[in-house]
Amino acid sequence: MAFDVIASSYREREKEHTPLGHAVIAGISFGATGIFAALVGILYLFHERWIVAWVPEGAADPSGLTLGQSLLLVFAMWAGVQVARKTGEERLGAACLLGAGAGLVAGAVLCVLPIIMSLVKLRFMFIALTQHLYDMLTSGLGLGLGVVVLLVAGALAGAFGALLYRLSPRARRPIIYALVWMASIGVFQELIQLLAQQEVLDPIREWFFTWDGLRPQGAIAIGLVAAAVIAVWDTTRARLEETFVALPQGQQRLLHGSGVALLLILVLILFPLVAGNFIGQVMLFIGLFILMGMGLNLEIGLAGLLDLGFVAFYAVGAYTCALLTADSPYAIGQRVDWFPMFNWWWAMGMAVLMAVFVGVLFGIPVLKIRGDYLAVATLGLGEIVRVLVLSDFAAPVLAGAQGVLNIPPPYLFTGAAVDDPIELYYIALGAAAVAAYFAYRLENSRLGRAWTAIRDDEDVAQALGINLVNVKLLAYGLGAAFAGLAGAIFATMLTSIYPHSFQLIISVNVLALIIVGGMGSLPGVVVGALALIGLPELLREFGEYRFFFYGVAIVAVMRLRPAGLWPSAARRREMQLEEETRAAVEAQLAAETESGAASSPEGPAR
Amino acid sequence: MAAALPSEGMAARIEALRRITFVDVVLWGMRILIVFVVVGGTIGTLIQGRYTGEQWFDNFMFGLMIGGVYALIALGYTMVYGILRLINFAHGDVMMCGAFTSYFLANGLYRSGYLDAHPVISMILIMGLAMITCSVIALVVERICYRPFRHIRTLAPLICAIGASFFLQHSFRGMYGSSVRAYPDPVWLEGEFEIFGFGIPYTQPFVILIALAAMGALYLVVNKTKMGTAMRAVSEDRDAAAMMGIDVNKIIVFTFILGGCMAGIGGVLFCMVYNQIYYFTGFLPGIKAFSAAVLGGIGNVPGAMLGGFFLGVVESVGPALFLDGVGIRAPYQLRDLIAFTMLVMVLIFRPQGILGERLATQRA
Repeated sequence: MAFDVIASSYREREKEHTPLGHAVIAGISFGATGIFAALVGILYLFHERWIVAWVPEGAADPSGLTLGQSLLLVFAMWAGVQVARKTGEERLGAACLLGAGAGLVAGAVLCVLPIIMSLVKLRFMFIALTQHLYDMLTSGLGLGLGVVVLLVAGALAGAFGALLYRLSPRARRPIIYALVWMASIGVFQELIQLLAQQEVLDPIREWFFTWDGLRPQGAIAIGLVAAAVIAVWDTTRARLEETFVALPQGQQRLLHGSGVALLLILVLILFPLVAGNFIGQVMLFIGLFILMGMGLNLEIGLAGLLDLGFVAFYAVGAYTCALLTADSPYAIGQRVDWFPMFNWWWAMGMAVLMAVFVGVLFGIPVLKIRGDYLAVATLGLGEIVRVLVLSDFAAPVLAGAQGVLNIPPPYLFTGAAVDDPIELYYIALGAAAVAAYFAYRLENSRLGRAWTAIRDDEDVAQALGINLVNVKLLAYGLGAAFAGLAGAIFATMLTSIYPHSFQLIISVNVLALIIVGGMGSLPGVVVGALALIGLPELLREFGEYRFFFYGVAIVAVMRLRPAGLWPSAARRREMQLEEETRAAVEAQLAAETESGAASSPEGPAR
Repeated sequence: MAAALPSEGMAARIEALRRITFVDVVLWGMRILIVFVVVGGTIGTLIQGRYTGEQWFDNFMFGLMIGGVYALIALGYTMVYGILRLINFAHGDVMMCGAFTSYFLANGLYRSGYLDAHPVISMILIMGLAMITCSVIALVVERICYRPFRHIRTLAPLICAIGASFFLQHSFRGMYGSSVRAYPDPVWLEGEFEIFGFGIPYTQPFVILIALAAMGALYLVVNKTKMGTAMRAVSEDRDAAAMMGIDVNKIIVFTFILGGCMAGIGGVLFCMVYNQIYYFTGFLPGIKAFSAAVLGGIGNVPGAMLGGFFLGVVESVGPALFLDGVGIRAPYQLRDLIAFTMLVMVLIFRPQGILGERLATQRA
């Protein structure tokens, strides 16, 4: 997506600050972020998950480092990084000192919270301000000592952040990778231990983990291994790259894309088999959202049509499947004599066709609406569908709020019912694979290019002879087809469907995973679905806050990495081009100012 | 030549007919359907005579009241759109934030009996708190989500705004809890008075008058003050305004503060009408207020006021008037449908709205 269309030439200048000013600003903003995290409740939520934990002799509770504490440390570190970057301080000692200052300020700002908490009871308003949070913030040492701990830890973390920023990449990368790996293995220890629960592996597992988190020795070992691997990789990387560049272009592309993609596909296929039913259920959800994501990706990523009513197509698929197959008085087959009862496979086909039909129908009125307005118009259309389905008006046909019950599972040709989440997951995966193939072929087809053209500039595209009506309607129809398929699988997965399952939140969910994964990028959809659907399911206690994190993720990705975690190939090329253009322009500007200075009246005088 | 004219006219007509695509047919079908529902429903309802004059009057007054609230919120959308050409998707949630925060003050005042004893002072305090909260949050959202994209005209700011909307909803859910709270109902708003034989609850004139006063104040600010003039200049042409020495940044901040203040008042009034608040309260009035802004012509301040009242009345009278007459069961379930249909219809058929001149079909 072209993110750099310039609307106005007016620019504002960033305010200039002294280095100390930068430190104070960074400290205050990150300290405030910490307070905000505490108020919202995620800080204590994170505090309940250990990264490094051990049970000391004779103690009941484990001690160690929690995710919440590390979150605060990361904030302070980031304040240090920010100062080092903003001031551009070259000297290591000075940068560290500034970083420590920023961390100290952040810690001081954070101290305000426990002090206030000890003075007034705010729990009637902020439900997260519990005694537990107070204990966490003061490290259970009482207010005075707790504040000192916060300040010292903040200063140290800030200095560490600035130090990391100033180090050469050669030294920095191993440290960062070690920390990241320690943290992620610590956080996901339950899952890892569940996977590794075998007789043979038990002693190793127990050496690394307690049931709360990593043991200190385990953390250190993992950190060392991660650092070593990255260090070795960094030294051999140059040589590998040489070999890589020497390869012909086609093989290069193949290697580059297929390596990671192959790994991803293997994970998708084998993981649920190994991991059991719970993971199967989670993966099934991921599969559904991958399907929908690929559908919406055609609309947003390729054609640039921001559709917030996408959930309507999902609902159409689910309801079509339900009304054709369900063992319920609402099923068409039971109400109309001559109408046959469908089995799931045929119903799935019908669901897709219905979704395409509704997609086109949906697209016609909004053909001429562009940009932002389209988002609101489709949102309105989607809500209209939901209100209608929920109302008594449509209840005789669509069952209203009670929903359609008793949807049968698909039967294989052997007669076996597919009702296990893992088996259903393979159906979803198969469907996603077929859909991915279609989407992949569409991307570079004539149609796909027409979509990209209308995304970048509708007027020019029309002038080039692209039939806007057909092309846009195809985008809606084909995008809807994927959602319809997902809806059909969803219906049989739950065996009953209610209008409440089809809230706007699903559209936003799909939108978020596309944004995070990278607009217009197929692997991006998979990555986005794994990150946004999988993570909250695995970290159960965070589920309540998932939409909070979606909001953060959308804003953060749009600001920091607008192309997403896995940018599409086209976008990658564009980014490279932009980078080159910017470099060229900057070089030219530099040359011009130099020659300008030389020829200006003051030039010779200098 | 004279003989050829009619056939030429014919040819032109045939050509025009030939150009009709199925899209036009569908759109005309939609128009006809809407007109049928509106006209047919009205006639049907009036013939059946199921509703008394008093009920119509009640509906109408309720519509005016809720319309005033929509208008206040719509002003925030329309002003920001005028200045930044950006749909401030999070505006409804900004409203919720202010109203939710003011709930704690209102509840405290209510419990202590101060709210009943000193209505004016406590309402000023409550609305002041809501206005301040809304303005601060609107500014934070602007700073974090919109400012980096100020020079970029694509979907990025809108997507960011959607993210901000969910972020606000769920961070307030985390802070204040997910339960629905009952907004206090002061004694002096209980009961009703009679005019021409119609009973009017005190809430209605209270809400309508406050809304009108706030809108009047805003109108004066926009049209009579220096800041307002600068605001209008920036909304005409940001570059030219900057060249005339207007600090565009300051104007944008000012606009968000004004919008936040209106949303604060609107939020408190909305909660006093429905007597409840929770973290998702902002979404629906937000969308409806946006519809009102579009209806009046987005970017147009009087348009937003007009659109708000219009939407409120149609939404309130519509289910009985249009839908009951076409034989739809339980028409009040479809209340929200009317607002959404109006939004979509206006966007399709008259994107410039009632008073506006900007086009949604122009490069958005």
